[in-house]
Amino acid sequence: MNEDEIKKNIFQLLKKIAPDTEPSVLKPDENIRETLGIDSFDALQFIIALNEKLGIEIPEKDYGKTNTLSDLLSYIMNKIK
Amino acid sequence: MIEFLMPSLGADMEDGTLIEWKKRTGDSVKRGDIIAEVETQKGLIEIEVFDEGIIEKLLIEEGTKVPVGTVLALIDPIEVSLETKKEKPIELHPIQEKTTEGITQEAEREIHIKASPLAKKMAEDHHIALFQIKGSGFDGAITKEDVEHVIAQRDVIDKEKTVIETEKTVASSEAIRAAIAAAMSKSNREIPHYYLEKKIDLTKALTWLQEANEQRKVQSRLLPVVLFIKAIAKTLLDFPDLNAIWDNGLKPKKDINIGFVVALHNGGIMVPAIHQADLKTVDEIMQTLNDIIPRARAMKLRSSELSDGTITLTSMGDGGADAVFGVIYPPQVAIIGFGSISEQPFAENGMLGVRSVVNATLAGDHRATDGLTGSQFLNLLARNLQKPESL
Amino acid sequence: MENPVMNTTLTYREALKQGIREALQNDKDVFLMGEDVGRYGGAFAVSKGLLQEFGEERIMDVPLSESGFVGAGIGAALAGMKPIVEVMTVNFSLLAMDQIVNNAATLQHMSGGQLHVPLVIRMGCGISKQLGAQHSHSWEPFYAHIPGLVVLSAGTHEDARGMLRLALLSPDPVVLFEYTGMLNLEKEVAVDSDILDISKAKVLKKGKDITIITYGIGVYKCLDAAAELATVGIDAEVIDLRVLRPLDEFTFLASVAKTHRAIIVEDAWRSVSVSSEVSARIMEKTFYDLDAPVLRLCGIEVPIPYPAHLEEAAVPQIQDIVNAVKKMIHHD
Repeated sequence: MNEDEIKKNIFQLLKKIAPDTEPSVLKPDENIRETLGIDSFDALQFIIALNEKLGIEIPEKDYGKTNTLSDLLSYIMNKIK
Repeated sequence: MIEFLMPSLGADMEDGTLIEWKKRTGDSVKRGDIIAEVETQKGLIEIEVFDEGIIEKLLIEEGTKVPVGTVLALIDPIEVSLETKKEKPIELHPIQEKTTEGITQEAEREIHIKASPLAKKMAEDHHIALFQIKGSGFDGAITKEDVEHVIAQRDVIDKEKTVIETEKTVASSEAIRAAIAAAMSKSNREIPHYYLEKKIDLTKALTWLQEANEQRKVQSRLLPVVLFIKAIAKTLLDFPDLNAIWDNGLKPKKDINIGFVVALHNGGIMVPAIHQADLKTVDEIMQTLNDIIPRARAMKLRSSELSDGTITLTSMGDGGADAVFGVIYPPQVAIIGFGSISEQPFAENGMLGVRSVVNATLAGDHRATDGLTGSQFLNLLARNLQKPESL
Repeated sequence: MENPVMNTTLTYREALKQGIREALQNDKDVFLMGEDVGRYGGAFAVSKGLLQEFGEERIMDVPLSESGFVGAGIGAALAGMKPIVEVMTVNFSLLAMDQIVNNAATLQHMSGGQLHVPLVIRMGCGISKQLGAQHSHSWEPFYAHIPGLVVLSAGTHEDARGMLRLALLSPDPVVLFEYTGMLNLEKEVAVDSDILDISKAKVLKKGKDITIITYGIGVYKCLDAAAELATVGIDAEVIDLRVLRPLDEFTFLASVAKTHRAIIVEDAWRSVSVSSEVSARIMEKTFYDLDAPVLRLCGIEVPIPYPAHLEEAAVPQIQDIVNAVKKMIHHD
């Protein structure tokens, strides 16, 4: 799975969690939750969804490494490798 | 000569005061005439004469108190004319009891729904409002059968309900705004709020949560708010006056149903109730949140979830404001607010450290409780959050 | 091997006589006293032949003075005998009521438990046939009102035969109501159908839709009504109260908790009756199990008329019971 595919998946999942938002406008360094107005409950749903879709498990202590789109992408790329 | 005596007007009367003579010496009297007024313990009483004749002499002066039986006056009897009076014959009726076909008041019928005690109990157990049941019993009363009928139908309806409600609740954000506006205006108009704030050290709670979550699959991880909900429910057991409604007086509620404020993405809020939160484990509360938050956002809540709340919790979640001072949702009498959790310098035992801290607030209805109650509540809530393992 | 049940047909009168004879045979302290019980054989021929069988010592004719001979019976009971006092009918028992209420019922209490009055007073009760208002009374409620008395009502042939023997074992005075209107009624009864207690009501027919509670003359009527109701799909439970004091509420409360509906049937006038009491207890103790108001079918509140058709109309009949139950269940 390349970076674009992962990005596409992330957008899809975010859109599903927060249907009223437009994830594709996210800039690489923007805080995802702040920009899209995702609360902690939705954030947890998103992490569950990533787990189910991509099979990666993000432990709680790593939440801080997934704040922006670029952080999240590199974190996932690392895990998949 | 006839002696006219102070009469006994009851077994407890010992004497009476002659207040006024209504007849004078030489007056003629006949049976039933008022001859005098007498003051007794039962008040001023007019005294009748039972004989016919001419008053020969008044023996007692006005204003004198005399024992029962004292001669008050002498009456000279005269010949009673023997003319027969034509009396109307008394009609003879057999004594008959009036029967009524049960008491029904027309005026009440409109608002009072007739239901058998059994039917009422069943309806209550199944959370069915009586007005939703058509009575087939005598005089339209709701019977056991009628309730069973509705229960059987409800299962079918429940399945269709989600569909129907989605259609129905393409409720515009304006409608939601209007509903919030109405409730909050009413609250601000009618409820005299008092506000309290308590800084709570969450280090232990979050450590416990972190350890708990490490053992869990991502699907069953817990959020800090679950601990808040559980701690509030547990604390409320000792503060029934806060888990209550105000309806011409304070009415404490048996169940602890915590209304949980869910913000909608397009603005507006929904406040579904977490039923009997005190009886649920933290995992069950998390499952409930997983169920109701998405449904709240999709506006697919059930009426019981919207109407059963007995107290409200509004939690800012991380990244939000430090503290929130809520507006009570009438007819409830309290709202609890949790700000966002943040790391703060925290002094304890003369030492300064960095701790995870949250500002918990309580807005209380001052008609129902006073600051002392609220303050004790927040203190116990803080203590309960120091023992996350026993929540 | 199972014993085959031996049945025999007998009249209510014969059942009563068997009960008295058995009581006399069982215990030499038992004797029967009453107006015309000896030479004449009883006003209703219940004790016919007993004088010849047991002799004048034990079958005693008394003068026409209810207060006198009931008082004598109380005295005999205090002295250790077990008298059966027959007051010909409940209608005449008013003349003995002072003895029954003020002496028989109170002596145990007033003597601090030192005195017992093991006396059984039998009374013919209810409407017979065109005997007029003053000879047609159903006064079970009068006696059921009095603490200190045990009040029994023999609504079946089994009880007509068996209640007396058990009543004589009671240390307290017992008023036993028999029904003159049923004397000639024949029923098939098991030969060895000895009843075993006089403390409980009896479920004579099980059912699930409604509880019909009755006693005395109402018992067979209610059973017949229940049979007719079964043909239209209504499964009624029929309870014979049997003991009017102390009332066995457990039996009827349990039944009402199951069926959720109750109707009470009696010949006595409705106001301040046995059905008043039963109804009140159902309301007090099974309120939340009720699916319909408790209904009462009682005597119309008039002196019982003499003409046969009016006499019949004055008390609940089988068809009245059937109609009332149908109305209660089908609401039509």
